[in-house]
Amino acid sequence: MTPLLAVEDLRVSFPTHSGRVEVVKGISFTLGRERLGIVGESGSGKSMTGRSILKLIRKPGLVTADRMEFDGIDLTALSEHQMRAIRGARISMVMQDPKFSLNPVMTVGEQIAEALLTHQKLARKDVHQRVIAMLEAVRINDPERVAKLYPHEVSGGMGQRVMIAMMLIPEPELLIADEPTSALDVSVQAQVLDIIDELVRNKGMGLILISHDLALVSRYCDRILVMNAGTIVEECAAGELANAQHPYTRGLLAAMPTIDEAREELPVLDRTQWAGT
Amino acid sequence: MRVGSSAVGDLIVPSPLRGEGQGEGFFTTGNRRCLLMTTRAWLLADSPTSRWQASAGRTYRVFTQLLRNPLSVLGGVIILVLLLTAALAPWIAPYSATGQDLANRLMPPSAAHWMGTDELGRDIFSRVIWGSQITLTIVLLVALISAPLGLIIGAVAGYFGGWVDKILMGITDIFLSLPKLILALAFVAALGPGINNAVIAIAITSWPAYARIARAETLTIRNAEYIQAVQLAGGGPIRLIVRHILPLCTSSMIIRVTLDMAGVILTAAGLGFIGLGAQPPLPEWGAMISRGRTFILDQWWVATMPGFAIIIVSLGFCFLGDGLRDVLDPKSEGKS
Amino acid sequence: MSFEPSTVAPAPSPGLAGRKARRRAGTVLGFLITLALTFLGLLAITFFIGRVVPIDPVLSVVGDRATQAQYDAAKVAMGLDQPLIMQFVTYVGNVLTGDLGQSVSTGRPVIEDLSRFFPATLEMATLGILIGVLLGVPLGVTAAARQGSWVDQIIRVVGLMGYSVPAFWLGLVGLAIFYARLRWVGGPGRLDIFYDGLVSPVTGMILIDSLLAGEIDIFWNAVTHLILPASVLGFFSLAYIARMTRSFMLDQLGQEFVTTARVKGVPERVVIWRHAFNPIRVPLITVIGLSYAGLLEGSVMIETVFSWPGIGNYLTTALLNADMNAVLGSTLVIGAVFIFINKISDVLYRVLDPRAK
Repeated sequence: MTPLLAVEDLRVSFPTHSGRVEVVKGISFTLGRERLGIVGESGSGKSMTGRSILKLIRKPGLVTADRMEFDGIDLTALSEHQMRAIRGARISMVMQDPKFSLNPVMTVGEQIAEALLTHQKLARKDVHQRVIAMLEAVRINDPERVAKLYPHEVSGGMGQRVMIAMMLIPEPELLIADEPTSALDVSVQAQVLDIIDELVRNKGMGLILISHDLALVSRYCDRILVMNAGTIVEECAAGELANAQHPYTRGLLAAMPTIDEAREELPVLDRTQWAGT
Repeated sequence: MRVGSSAVGDLIVPSPLRGEGQGEGFFTTGNRRCLLMTTRAWLLADSPTSRWQASAGRTYRVFTQLLRNPLSVLGGVIILVLLLTAALAPWIAPYSATGQDLANRLMPPSAAHWMGTDELGRDIFSRVIWGSQITLTIVLLVALISAPLGLIIGAVAGYFGGWVDKILMGITDIFLSLPKLILALAFVAALGPGINNAVIAIAITSWPAYARIARAETLTIRNAEYIQAVQLAGGGPIRLIVRHILPLCTSSMIIRVTLDMAGVILTAAGLGFIGLGAQPPLPEWGAMISRGRTFILDQWWVATMPGFAIIIVSLGFCFLGDGLRDVLDPKSEGKS
Repeated sequence: MSFEPSTVAPAPSPGLAGRKARRRAGTVLGFLITLALTFLGLLAITFFIGRVVPIDPVLSVVGDRATQAQYDAAKVAMGLDQPLIMQFVTYVGNVLTGDLGQSVSTGRPVIEDLSRFFPATLEMATLGILIGVLLGVPLGVTAAARQGSWVDQIIRVVGLMGYSVPAFWLGLVGLAIFYARLRWVGGPGRLDIFYDGLVSPVTGMILIDSLLAGEIDIFWNAVTHLILPASVLGFFSLAYIARMTRSFMLDQLGQEFVTTARVKGVPERVVIWRHAFNPIRVPLITVIGLSYAGLLEGSVMIETVFSWPGIGNYLTTALLNADMNAVLGSTLVIGAVFIFINKISDVLYRVLDPRAK
């Protein structure tokens, strides 16, 4: 069976004063209808990886790949116009902070409906029903009222659920969640991830969960890629994380506090161990 | 000798050497370069040892950044040329500004008269050259009157707060919401035509913008700890405002004044055009355009040529102001 | 599924609508107060200008050869023996009742002159702002959408020209090219001489009056005269509006919600107009209002060039004749309209934006 997504030698670069700088340096991975986690610190290139799959890297940035296939479709060869038919409808992305990622002057309902209407012609009544049903699916009480609110009138956790509703309403096959909870209160983080998890499993979708949080990724994913400085340094099943080989991953693991912590001071990453690679 | 932050490295290490480790690039360059870099390193030092070194370093940084933007270089060159032209007018201008030559009146541009001659046979090119002195005088006087006035009003309002602030800012806001040109016209009408009164009228209408800036800057630093330290040491309000608050407003003030100069030139030329600014036979550019109006349909050069001078000089101030803003205040880039 | 009361925004309580209305009423009241204060400030300034004139106002009425007794009598008659504050109160009272004094040059009350000349200015400025908005907004949006393209470069240059070209000069050059050389437009004035006075003024705006009278020929003739001065004004408002639109749009296009729209697969045209442009409509209203007010001011210079019988021309004529009543009257009216447009667009901003609380 062909994988849902196959990426080979993906590179993303940006021009600077001193020539092009690669932020993603030739990574390869495949994804089935499974939950894949990408972890790494800020600047490791994990977000750029997510965005380049949707071909959302804007002009001065440059994306190249030997192969980037989604469901047998060669994404690298698609025109902007053809790509639009993929975005939203087949691959979707939940972004970090609903405060910034929702349009401030459109109601929540309008924005969700737009995601649906971009890809399907539907009667107004049907659209409304689908929007309400979707809001219920992300566990929003009183969806009729929430649909009429503007983004500044909802809380962060609810905003992120609106975001999820908006991204899942066209029923895509792959969802990329780019740090979906790092802007939220700790108390609602788990709720939001549970909703994503439940919907993704029920619909048999593929999920790429991008995060800096090892514990979170290992809980919600089947497989994990560890990225550092634009390359994949480790790939393992979520359960095998404890046996990770690469010094960077081991360093990250060592820096995680545990509940029965006895250490005076958490260790700092010693970058000299892999700087040569 | 240590190369500090990477921003500093950007300036010092030639780009092909970057990425191989800055230290390496530093030592592989030749001896002469090293000496040169010593001066630069001194200018760009992260921890200057004297106040003079700090301000010299800052000036150097601003200057190098300005040089990277071709438009601000162009603006700077235009202003420089204006200054030189005004200073050297007697040597540059081929003819007198007021000498009449009725035999050669209204001649089109030619080798003898680059911009043609006007209705009294005066060489327009020479008049434009001499006119640069008037424009420069007006611009400088307006800046020297309105910027300090606005600075002091704004700083006083911001420093004292309360009723002083309410009253001063109320007046400022009223001035700000009135049409500047009309107000200047009314003032000149009351004071009588002439360059001096034009300068006063323009200055009266342009201080409020500076007062706003100075007040905003003062508010942000009023409660800073070092200001409190000066207060504790017994520094009075005058000393505080003059020695500690005003110097911090200078960079935003320089940007704003430079950007405003184009408007000042246009207003002054407008007053001259209407007949309320510089009086004939002074070769003021706006007044020259006004004289050329009569001949615009047949002898277009009489009115057009001084206009080009106005446009070039105004553009020069715009370019330089834009460049200064990008360097000194990158946050506000793109905002009006 | 019942674990979330803390994250749901509170349901609208019955008092919310009332509170909103009260808040809005507060905004309106505050608006009226600042408006009144600003007008009072304007009056204070014109009053001050009228009193610091080096010309003795009494002397200009009684003449040089009047005796001291005549002089004093005139001074009392004019109320100039009163303390300044009382004089100011009288002045405000006069202005509020529409008494701006007599014009020395026309011999008519200033208010009458102004109401006769104002429509011509309004007509020109309105056409100017229409040109500015209809061209400036799309150009600014396009420049931002294609940052660095040739449209963007042109907008940059045009924007800078708007700050550095004297309006009166552009008007003259326009006349030299489009009237004298190309004969595409009519010359100075509102109509050709042989059409003058054929249409009786109703609104004072010649385009409307000629249409009302059914005089199509006159209408077209008026258009040929109006188009050049209005285009010159339009150029300056275009420069400003396009520059501001571009800057607002760039700001929006860098926002995360624009990326969200792209993730949804929304076509680029919709991304630009619905997602990036819609949020800036309200601030743009302020920009357009400011620009419109600025055009009323700019028309002073343009009207002089085009011999346009508007308030600007009236003002410059009065300036040269030292006709202070007319000068101060025009200053008051232009200033008042300027302030009004300014403050209105400011308050619209607060009422229209859903984010403003």
